[in-house]
Amino acid sequence: MDLLDKFNPLLEAKAQLPFEDGDPFTVCMDEVISQTEAVINGRRTILAGTNNYMGMTLDQDCIAAAHKALDAEGTGTTGSRVLNGTYAGHKELERTLAEFYGTEHAMVFSTGYQANLAMISTLCGGKDYLVIDADSHASIYDGCKMSDATVVRFRHNDPNDLDRRLKRIDNAAGRLVVVEGLYSMLGDKAPLKELVAVAKSHGAAVLVDEAHSLGVYGETGRGVAQEAGIEDDVDFIVGTFSKSVGTIGGYCVSNHPKFDVLRLVARPYLFTASMPPSVVASATTAIRKIATGHDLREQLWAGARRLHEGLSQLGFELGADVSPITAVKIADQATAIRFWSAILNEGVYVNLAFPPATPNGIYLMRCSLSAAHTADQIDTMVERFGKVGRALGVIGDASGKHPSGEAEQKEPGLQAQGVAAATG
Amino acid sequence: MTASETSSGAKTEEEIFETVITLLEPFNKKGITITRDTDFSTDLDLDSLAVMDLVAAIEDHFDINIPLNLLPDLERVGQVSAKVQEILKG
Repeated sequence: MDLLDKFNPLLEAKAQLPFEDGDPFTVCMDEVISQTEAVINGRRTILAGTNNYMGMTLDQDCIAAAHKALDAEGTGTTGSRVLNGTYAGHKELERTLAEFYGTEHAMVFSTGYQANLAMISTLCGGKDYLVIDADSHASIYDGCKMSDATVVRFRHNDPNDLDRRLKRIDNAAGRLVVVEGLYSMLGDKAPLKELVAVAKSHGAAVLVDEAHSLGVYGETGRGVAQEAGIEDDVDFIVGTFSKSVGTIGGYCVSNHPKFDVLRLVARPYLFTASMPPSVVASATTAIRKIATGHDLREQLWAGARRLHEGLSQLGFELGADVSPITAVKIADQATAIRFWSAILNEGVYVNLAFPPATPNGIYLMRCSLSAAHTADQIDTMVERFGKVGRALGVIGDASGKHPSGEAEQKEPGLQAQGVAAATG
Repeated sequence: MTASETSSGAKTEEEIFETVITLLEPFNKKGITITRDTDFSTDLDLDSLAVMDLVAAIEDHFDINIPLNLLPDLERVGQVSAKVQEILKG
């Protein structure tokens, strides 16, 4: 028995998909022009699916800091944080984060994925309960799998369902409620105030993942918990450096008095090499810039409103209210793939998002904006979405008339096999 | 169903099985006869979304949590009614 034979149904399903104009899983940025443009397939392309919300990847101060650390300390630490992998830069990054959030403690991880794995799997043991939103990111689900705790899901963004779930669990047990600030696929924001109030009324601890909301929400960009004014009731905030911070890595901040014990027990922290010095330096610089980056936030939000309004006016069905993530819903898989290829050929890169990465089995052209996008670029995107949408019958013609909504023949699904456009 | 009824602990496995069949009805697209051996995936063709909705309906009806960790072991209808009875007993 070949070990990879178990994936044959997936390969067969993939072979039948209309990928004739390009495979969304093998996109290559041949040349990076700016935060918002790259050369793909020899074509200058607007990037609208990179989660580079603050445009920090090419920020001159971040690049200078990274260069300095690279020249001084080299390309990597070659070791775990608890062995030889803690440099002065790692400590400074943790102090910067604690200062940014106004918390007692901060801990950094080599990736955002590992931050969730570490926190969720370590905080909850065999007799504890993890109570998670059903639409949680894969890193949260994987953290649950790694934990020995009992895992209970509640309906997405539904405080009443969370309340019912918590009522059914013995109050004497350890309970951690896990939610995200902004959900990455549809761009829908959590009703954090209500969810956290329910969790606290049952005496449960709360972890909020601000992966897509750091930099974007709240007075100083700390995320949706800051915007909602409930940070004091959140026990653990997790986030990533791979979106607004523009590099890679993850973190957790907390005021828990025993927080530092996690450094001795969290396996995804212990058994991996620490972030390279240049990455640490650019992350530290970016967080300081995010704290004072009100102009960047304003640019980002202005662009988000422009895109949302433009696509709505064309008649596209969008996933949620205005946010830096604008997800265009497409009725079926075949149209979604054709749409994605066609708009890439028009010179716009977006994420093709499939189940199981998406909730409720839906297909999305997922756009994420950057503060670095110009109004002209956004207008160009809207125009090209309109052109492709009309050609494929996703939206009506210029008169605003909608198409008949005729369903395409159903293509073989990939839901069960786990193909997803990962955006974590 | 009220909380006092669910917490009585007097439900037999047969009663729970009958209730699960009723809750399964909207998901039984092919109209097959449900037995304890009916398999959710191979007999009923339920995808992961339908399974999630069905589990939520069962949880709400009996006012219980069916932890995510247990789902891989619940392949057949009879296994679900047995598990629900076990959870109701505490």
